[in-house]
Amino acid sequence: MKTDDLILLLASDTVAVEPRVWRRRYALALGAGVIGAVLLMLAMLGVRPDIAVVMQIPAFWMKFAFPGALATVALLAASRLSRPGVPLGAVAWAIPVPVLVIWLLGVIELSGATPEQRDMLFWGTTWATCPVYVALLSVPAFIVLLWVMKTLAPTRLALAGAAAGLLAGAVGAAAYALYCPESGASFLGVWYVLGMMIPTVLGAIIGPRLLRW
Amino acid sequence: MNEVKNKALSDSETRLRDLFIRGLAGDAAVYQVFLQELSTHLRSFLRRRLSRLPDDVEDLVQEILLAIHNQRHTYDADQPLTAWVHAIARYKLVDLFRSRSRREALNDPLDDRQDLFTDAETEVADARRDLAVLLEQLPDNQRLPIVHMRLEGLSVIETARATGLSESAVKVGVHRGLKALAVLIRSKHEN
Repeated sequence: MKTDDLILLLASDTVAVEPRVWRRRYALALGAGVIGAVLLMLAMLGVRPDIAVVMQIPAFWMKFAFPGALATVALLAASRLSRPGVPLGAVAWAIPVPVLVIWLLGVIELSGATPEQRDMLFWGTTWATCPVYVALLSVPAFIVLLWVMKTLAPTRLALAGAAAGLLAGAVGAAAYALYCPESGASFLGVWYVLGMMIPTVLGAIIGPRLLRW
Repeated sequence: MNEVKNKALSDSETRLRDLFIRGLAGDAAVYQVFLQELSTHLRSFLRRRLSRLPDDVEDLVQEILLAIHNQRHTYDADQPLTAWVHAIARYKLVDLFRSRSRREALNDPLDDRQDLFTDAETEVADARRDLAVLLEQLPDNQRLPIVHMRLEGLSVIETARATGLSESAVKVGVHRGLKALAVLIRSKHEN
């Protein structure tokens, strides 16, 4: 087929293109991912019974603010990495900021605590299962986000996969926080982060194969 | 010198971007002009970078045009068109180098002499890979609309009548067929 014939063929495809369609797709994927994570959390773990009481405590909200901040920057990164020729720009610098802030809060919190309090803040009683559950709860978002990304055109596939994985991880972490009985910033900074790293690294590994177009 | 070059770049950026945006809004004739002008830019861009693989230039021009068409929903009107097109062309070029080096590592060493007498600037090569052959592999509901509309020059309404499909099924068939064609090309690279 000659190139001119191909051009005629392409011009005959008149299916309309919705401007900035990625916004709607990411919004839908994120909504589906959040609903999936919450349903999975309810099925596997259930909301912590003292939720009404702890909602009065700022530390409880920190467990949503932290993954929420990470989700925001990861969403910006994923949306940029899904489109050819759009640089990451300042978003690249914003990604580690929420983690650095929670580490700083963790250090402040631990330095002001007694040794027994320190153990409780850092290890809690659920440190071993927390990363696993965060990763498990991120699965629905991970699948739909990569699926959306595949309908777009990422050109840096490992980075794009990692951004989708981080966003899914943050969704999983926020859903897990509804169950999680811990309250230390250092607990978030280590065990939540570890849990979110699992889908992030997985996304970076499978991105180059899965997202090709 | 640089100023002249920058002026030429911003002129064609403005012109192509305008054509593309009108094309995206549904003006097929303008879209065709856009693709035609774009293909000349792509050809010279690729010839400079594929001086050792001149036979691959036209294949890659076609592959990039198809990719640009299939991914046109990822263009943001606020974004420079040059950056968007360049990122796609670069991605496909790297992809070609990658599949080439894999194949050559297996059994097909590049003959360095082949480019000695090749004048890439004036040569008008045919594509080596015939997309028409790949089109034959598509399912009927995609292949028939494409064959009737393009190769026989029928309109959507005429094609719908000839194939017994609805008009929207004809449009969707062409649309999906072009996506499927890109997938077929990619699976060829991987073999």
